[in-house]
Amino acid sequence: MTEDNSSRTEILRRIRAALTDVPDAPDERPILRDYAVVHAERTPEQSTDLLAEHLSDYRAHVHRCTAADLPRTIAELLTAHGSRSAVVPPALPNGWLRDAADIEITVGGDDLGTHELDRIDSVVTGCALAIAETGTIVLDASPDQGRRRITLVPDHHVCVVRVPEQVVDSVPQALPRLDPVRPLTWISGPSATSDIELDRVEGVHGPRTLDVVLVSGAEPPVSGSAPDSVPDSVPGSV
Amino acid sequence: MSGTYLGLPSFPDAAHTSTHDTQLRANLTHATHTIRTKRATAINELPDWPQLRTAGAAIKDHTLHHLDHYLLQLETAVTNAGGTVHWATDADEANRITTHIIHTTGETEVVKVKSMATQETGLNEALHTAGIHAYETDLAELIVQLAHDKPSHILVPAIHKNRTEIRDIFHNEMAHWGRPAPDHLTDNPTDLAEAARLHLREKFLRTKIGISGANFMIAETGTLVVVESEGNGRMCLTLPDTLISIVGIEKIIPTFQDLEVFLQTLPRSSTAERMNPYTTMWTGTTTHDGPKNFHLILLDNGRTDTLADTTGRQALRCIRCSACLNVCPVYERAGGHAYGSPYPGPIGAILTPQLRGTTTPLDASLPYASTLCGACYDVCPVAINIPEILVHLRERVVQGGPVTVRGTRTTIKPAKGHAAERAAMRAGRWTLDHPTAWSATQRMAGATRRLHPRRLPLPGPAKAWSDARDLPEVPAQGFRAWWQQREKDTQRGKGEQK
Repeated sequence: MTEDNSSRTEILRRIRAALTDVPDAPDERPILRDYAVVHAERTPEQSTDLLAEHLSDYRAHVHRCTAADLPRTIAELLTAHGSRSAVVPPALPNGWLRDAADIEITVGGDDLGTHELDRIDSVVTGCALAIAETGTIVLDASPDQGRRRITLVPDHHVCVVRVPEQVVDSVPQALPRLDPVRPLTWISGPSATSDIELDRVEGVHGPRTLDVVLVSGAEPPVSGSAPDSVPDSVPGSV
Repeated sequence: MSGTYLGLPSFPDAAHTSTHDTQLRANLTHATHTIRTKRATAINELPDWPQLRTAGAAIKDHTLHHLDHYLLQLETAVTNAGGTVHWATDADEANRITTHIIHTTGETEVVKVKSMATQETGLNEALHTAGIHAYETDLAELIVQLAHDKPSHILVPAIHKNRTEIRDIFHNEMAHWGRPAPDHLTDNPTDLAEAARLHLREKFLRTKIGISGANFMIAETGTLVVVESEGNGRMCLTLPDTLISIVGIEKIIPTFQDLEVFLQTLPRSSTAERMNPYTTMWTGTTTHDGPKNFHLILLDNGRTDTLADTTGRQALRCIRCSACLNVCPVYERAGGHAYGSPYPGPIGAILTPQLRGTTTPLDASLPYASTLCGACYDVCPVAINIPEILVHLRERVVQGGPVTVRGTRTTIKPAKGHAAERAAMRAGRWTLDHPTAWSATQRMAGATRRLHPRRLPLPGPAKAWSDARDLPEVPAQGFRAWWQQREKDTQRGKGEQK
């Protein structure tokens, strides 16, 4: 739009006119970052404990198991929620849904309309990492996490965190491990609102139930490829 | 800023009404005190809070000082990532661009994430005129929209409504907009949230256009960041085919790393949480994930004029956490509507008169909507010296002087209605400059003290001031007179001893 171009020129002119007191180029002086990178010394076990504690504070349900027990744990969580169907990302690691035989599984969900996706009860994913100090799990649309919409529309999200490898202590430790140009979703507890007299109510629009499974001794999933290059079929395991 | 709020009464008039609303005051006192206490606890968890605060201010100042550089960097990054960048000098232009994009798609409905920028531009009204329905999807914004009301708080826009009022609004209004409220809806917050979920879900699942603001835009990568709690943001940002984000040009930060400061300070300062439940970050468009079309509208609308003021520009650091509202004794009593702007409370008192100018009685009154107690400065996570700017703006209102209006330097006259104050100040200065006159004034005040009324019955516009203030009790003697007397007595005492 030509209108845009003239407005662009005008806004840049106004900015430069407003900053006549400031030297031209961005100064090379770095921002003083004398804040803490992490707020305590912790062993990997302590970081995992803190993650569990902080996730629970904001009403996520935290479960722990070994890699061998993971399929059973996931199946139990789906059953406990009363789910009969689940959507999973294209490259959920082998065998995670081995014990969920009675659950109808949809892989990828790319071809589902929003209404069809809305009829699915649960979603099971991995994560990119988790942050202990804030009680946050981060999804970056890797093949074991899938498109953003599948973790949003179903009412129940089971998210698996490999501990202690995927746990960082703090936000400053998390950012360098993430790629900002991937679609990122940071989740700290399930959907919540405090809009009515500041009473916290869980579950408005996102998944109302968030089950986080902290699994130790798990193999990392197939990764490293961008979501766009991932085939829509899943390696035959789920 | 938008025409939406124009024609509202000045702050003292509006506050005069709202402070007599006992329900409002009870709702507000409960809310602000609750969140204030929780916030202090959340911040005490971070012993490096002062360093984070200083770094946040420094990052924002640095960005503002090189705003042209970073905006151009952002534009390139967003474009390279498949987005389209538009620039809007004012609210009307932003609304025109938005309307045009929507018309091009042939759609007539949009879902909106809560956005201060679109409140500021009056987008919903502009879209309505163009035949487009804009649905607010944040629970509090939904309440306000259904009630045909205006937001009264940056973070919790329906803070002035209690649960019973909200139940009645849902019961009476939801059916006009879509799915009606369930029968026998109670005023339990869980039931109210469920009603909102059902009402809004049908809109999320069918609507093809989402509209948002952004909390941060990252220049180096072109990434936009929205922090929220409910998930309505994720819905609007990922389900529609087209996403239009209207963002003030001051919301930019240079690098992805800079988020490490603001993602620690913003949630703790606003909702008193270690982290808000959901944060969404997106960079342009991603094949098969999220909207296919992304438009970013960079909004000036008074921001460059604010930037031109070397004292006032620090207001552009604001990350809209609303901590200043929750500690402000004036906001707590007057409520958000009295500020006549999307930005209430202390930040509104400095931001609105800078974005809109001080030509209307309302905007000229805002720098006075404060006790200058400084609590807002203490809590501000980016250390905006709000009292300093308030005093600076009071001077502008009373004395006029150089300002920038729509990019042009100009000199404004003193605002109307402050003639009495100017006269009083001039008289005060003359008296203070003339010691004889000063001591005569003091003597006279002391001698007539028993005749002083408790309140000064001033006529005309000054009545608003005098009506709300008790006169201080004047001592029998001024300090100088007392000191001279004391010296005299001491001398006499010494003389007697000898």
